[in-house]
Amino acid sequence: MRFELTPRTTVSPVARALAPVAAFIVSFLIAGFVIWLMGRSPIAAFDVYVLQPLSDPWSLQELLVKATPLALIAIGLSYCFRASLWNIGAEGQYVMGAILGSWLALKTHGTEAGFWVLPLMLVLGIVGGALYGLVPAFLKTRFGVNEILTSLMLVYVAQLTLDYLVRGPWRDPKGFNFPQSVTFDPSATLPPILESGRVHYGVFFAVIAVLVTAVILGRTLFGYRLKLTGDAPRAARFAGFNSRATTMAVFAISGGLAGLAGISEVSGQIGQLQPSISPGYGFTAITVAFLGRLNPLGILVAALVVALTFIGGESAQILLRLPLDLTQAFQGILLLCVLAADALVSYRIRLVTRGGGK
Amino acid sequence: MKADVSSSGPPLVELKGISKRYGDLLANDGIDLSIEPGEIHALLGENGAGKSTLVKILYGVIEPSAGEIRWEGRPVAIGSPVEARALGLGMVFQHFSLFDELTVAENIAVALSGEWNLATVRGKLGEISRTYGLALDADRAVWTLSAGERQRIEIVRCLLQNPRLLILDEPTSVLTPQEAEHLFATLDKLSADGCSILYISHKLEEVRRLCRRATILRAGRVVGTIDPRASTAREIAALMVGSEVGEIRTDAPHVPHGEILRVDHLDMPPAGLHGQALKDVNLVVRAGEVVGIAGVAGNGQSELFAALSGERLAERADAITIAGRACGTTGIDARRRLAAAFVPEERLGHAAAPTHRLSENTLISHAATEVSRSGFILLSAAKRLARTIIKSFDVRTPEGDPQARKLSGGNLQKFVIGREIIRKPKLLVVDQPTWGVDAGAARLIRQALVDLARDGSAVVVVSQDLDELFEVADQMAVIHQGSLSPLKPIGEWTKEAVGLEMLGVAQAQGGAHAV
Ligand SMILES: Nc1ncnc2c1ncn2[C@@H]1O[C@H](COP(=O)(O)OP(=O)(O)OP(=O)(O)O)[C@@H](O)[C@H]1O
Ligand SMILES: [Mg+2]
Repeated sequence: MRFELTPRTTVSPVARALAPVAAFIVSFLIAGFVIWLMGRSPIAAFDVYVLQPLSDPWSLQELLVKATPLALIAIGLSYCFRASLWNIGAEGQYVMGAILGSWLALKTHGTEAGFWVLPLMLVLGIVGGALYGLVPAFLKTRFGVNEILTSLMLVYVAQLTLDYLVRGPWRDPKGFNFPQSVTFDPSATLPPILESGRVHYGVFFAVIAVLVTAVILGRTLFGYRLKLTGDAPRAARFAGFNSRATTMAVFAISGGLAGLAGISEVSGQIGQLQPSISPGYGFTAITVAFLGRLNPLGILVAALVVALTFIGGESAQILLRLPLDLTQAFQGILLLCVLAADALVSYRIRLVTRGGGK
Repeated sequence: MKADVSSSGPPLVELKGISKRYGDLLANDGIDLSIEPGEIHALLGENGAGKSTLVKILYGVIEPSAGEIRWEGRPVAIGSPVEARALGLGMVFQHFSLFDELTVAENIAVALSGEWNLATVRGKLGEISRTYGLALDADRAVWTLSAGERQRIEIVRCLLQNPRLLILDEPTSVLTPQEAEHLFATLDKLSADGCSILYISHKLEEVRRLCRRATILRAGRVVGTIDPRASTAREIAALMVGSEVGEIRTDAPHVPHGEILRVDHLDMPPAGLHGQALKDVNLVVRAGEVVGIAGVAGNGQSELFAALSGERLAERADAITIAGRACGTTGIDARRRLAAAFVPEERLGHAAAPTHRLSENTLISHAATEVSRSGFILLSAAKRLARTIIKSFDVRTPEGDPQARKLSGGNLQKFVIGREIIRKPKLLVVDQPTWGVDAGAARLIRQALVDLARDGSAVVVVSQDLDELFEVADQMAVIHQGSLSPLKPIGEWTKEAVGLEMLGVAQAQGGAHAV
């Protein structure tokens, strides 16, 4: 006895549109069940996870703050994933972008350097992430090394490099031996949009990235080339699309956006370098990219949803004493449900017993 | 249930009122068909008539909108290929369903359920290959094989399961005459052993050679069940199309002028461990002529195509000259800009992306032309272009701008050929132009190739179909184990001479192009 998936000949557009909604409901039910098993009220948890963050202005700001890096990174990843190239190392590219951008902030610290510091930091952030992303791309195109392994392993290299820097050469001499750099000067800080708010200008980068990507993927030859490379690699070669150039380009774009997310977070949010500058944005963004079905607007929505689970998870930890790991489990359940719903829209499941049909 | 079991027993399988609707299109419209045990039954019809749809329903791949299937008199629901195989059906699809990265033996093993493992498959494979004359190397990776060889895998894969009804969807379209003859012997033998065969083909001569009954479809309906031996190929074709199929016109005599393509001492290592290397290939093609390249599948045709198109690059730039430009080391894009156009052998996956709409598929070879401006896609221009191709090449589509995979095989072929011809290329290289195309459409495609040459383009046709080459080519050469024979005017070739070259016999005396 086993299950078999057979493609549906006609897929109703309504079903396709409703699939994510159904997936959300199912994943809430599963999560509620788990919470109930842990002896807490699922209704209270729903209130803490979803309703409170959405009704409280402070949380709403926090939502944007957390969604920003997720959206930026996931948008970049969508370029890779569309071309069936599996960049798993966005976390590392994020860190490298942050390191290279911060280098300038530390270099100019305490000097009279002017307005140009911040823009240049952002550019360096992009460059750092892009170059770091190009390493697995180069290894793949030149030596055929699997990009999943290299990009993932380079995450640890980046994290340990950051660790070394903030404990060693870049440590704040007046910082009581804490492993952290000096606090950035105002000229090296991404300002908040509202005077007293927490939301910084990085939000705009994310929105711009979404819009530009929507145009690139939908309307340009480059976008078509990614789609063709992913859907029919032989046809892509026949079309004359150079697969090496494509690989390099998408890794550079995705690394660059991750690097931008990294430097925006450090200069707009944290204000200094420290051993940990991300709660795993680079990995969570993979979930975000697929939740958004690699569609730019979808990714924007998915980033907000996943950010919500982050914030809800933090307050659930405080208010209901639920472990923070539950948040990650919840993100996983959400992704599985969305993927399953997508599969069920295009395929029919049937139970096949041995010698069936007789 | 009508309970009448005649003296000869019920038919093996009986289809009653099978219909299949795709949106507004009735691909199958109340089809009745019955197959007796041990019978070889032909299913005929022009491109898009609904043949593949019908057999896919029988094999449980798609669900009928209405109708009933009876197996030995009992109604059955065939919900999936697994159930079909359990009943005793085997099927060779029109488009291959193989994993490129796996070996021949692995491809066979993954499709078989039960107690098969690689070792038993390998043993059985050798046995079947020998009995039926279907040579296959168990350890070769599929991506190194030609279409003809891939098809052999599919056939052998079915035979391994001792089917009671074998469905073949255009099995000979890529086989050489000798290979086809082997296959017919196999089928005769199977049928003598009591296995029924449902045989789809556009080649009427072979249908008349094999079958005693033929069901003819037109636009999704049965228009007749006949004995193909009692009527001529011409009459059958007329029944299929509803009118007579004409000969192709080559009225204007062929007056070649300027040289368009020159291949000069082209060597190319094999693409993989088992590919065929090209050895010192020389060829000159002039404007205004059609040059045919004959040969048995797997003798370097795909490599030659890849070398000419620029999907693989030569060592020296001057190994290939197109329109006066040495371009052996520049890619397919640059060659297209020299007004060259290419149609590869495999239409789904290589010439076209299955899940993309036809308008998007125009971008594959028109990326640098009117469908884009400074890197942006002009969607309406692409749609217009697709419509023009559909109109000029009589492509029958189920909807305005369908995904490529929704077209019947022959119609997609017309589309990918039309897509290139409409660019009015100076050089057109096409590999197997009429594979799986019905008589009417084959005529249309061949006529288009000849007309293109008469209008002053150079055309290279790689084909295994000798009749086709004799019909369209002005000059012809034969490729064998990666070497190309000298080019000779078509009038100087006889079928026997070509046959000898194809087998490599003539090379012993040739000397000039000996290995
Ligand atoms: N998935 C699909 N969606 C919509 N239309 C389809 C689909 N598959 C096939 N069709 C349409 O159904 C009709 C019959 O197609 P089918 O593949 O059965 O033709 P065929 O007789 O096998 O032709 P050929 O000789 O060219 O292979 C065609 O008009 C085709 O475009
Ligand atoms: Mg067909």
